[in-house]
Amino acid sequence: MWNDLTSLPLFGVILCLGTYLLGHWVSRKVKSPLANPLVIAVALTIAVLQLFHIPLESFKNGGDFIAMFLPPATAALALSIYRQYPVLKANLWPVLLGSAVGSAVSMGSVVALCRLFRIEEQITASLLAKSVTTAIAIEITRQQGGIVPVTVAAVVFTGILGAVFAPALIKLFRVKDPVAAGLAIGTASHALGTTKALELGEVEGAMSSIAIGIAGIMTVVFAMAVSH
Amino acid sequence: MEVLKQLAIILGITLLGEAIAAVLPFAFPASVIAMVLLFILLLTGAIQVKTIEETGDFFLKNMSLFFLPAAVGILEHAALLSKTLVPFLLVCVITLVLTFGATAWTVLAVRRVQARILQKKQGGGSAHVE
Repeated sequence: MWNDLTSLPLFGVILCLGTYLLGHWVSRKVKSPLANPLVIAVALTIAVLQLFHIPLESFKNGGDFIAMFLPPATAALALSIYRQYPVLKANLWPVLLGSAVGSAVSMGSVVALCRLFRIEEQITASLLAKSVTTAIAIEITRQQGGIVPVTVAAVVFTGILGAVFAPALIKLFRVKDPVAAGLAIGTASHALGTTKALELGEVEGAMSSIAIGIAGIMTVVFAMAVSH
Repeated sequence: MEVLKQLAIILGITLLGEAIAAVLPFAFPASVIAMVLLFILLLTGAIQVKTIEETGDFFLKNMSLFFLPAAVGILEHAALLSKTLVPFLLVCVITLVLTFGATAWTVLAVRRVQARILQKKQGGGSAHVE
């Protein structure tokens, strides 16, 4: 009976919702970028599956249902780009050139470092899009033949690093211009870094938000060009 | 009913993205096509922000819920990842620093060039007046 119950799609759906809500609750209490709600939710979900010996296949029956809403959620990013449209128009060239160079450097350094460290081909393919927002990074990894969960881990880790170290990086590179700082945070560490950019200031937050979408599109185009 | 209407619009655009991706001669992520499509529809006024705002914001706010199942899949690849954990973390850290620096300095350079062009224009303008 236990097996029947856990292989119902409802089980996976409820496990996702429960751990996601708990993750947010803990993250609100702790108030540190290190207590990332997604990381907590993943850890809790894995703990439940392992503890009760529930096969991943059973969980996926419900997990697939939740994952079905990732593409429309990605499409909804258009709404946030549209809201930043006046900022985009006012800073068109800095935004386009900044995120183009940043995205190219991100992908180039991933490939170079993976060769240097002799990292497997499949992991390199999974890391290629690690600087962009998870929803878009997952799509790129699928097309590059990488491993999607490895991409999610790299994207979230990069985002947390960005949120924690953004002020230090601003100092390191002596970036006094809030437009440059915001675009650098968003291009290097997507939505998670943007949470920090919003704390730093209104301009930083807006530029970082716009960089999420633009750097995402740039990286898709570059990945396509590389694989051809 | 209102939320269902918004959901139908967003899901419809997502499906349209899939359809376009299927006929494109090259591989391009369907969800990114849907994103560009929705942006164009908003920009041209074919869709008003308020027509999709409620459901759209729900999706944006809870984005990480939708990739939670994919992240849990790390369970299947734990052995592979733990084998390369240190280089994996190093790649993430170094790439972050390089990407940040490259973006920031490019933006600074572009803004400097823009300021110079503007100055020249204004300089030329005032010379004309004299």
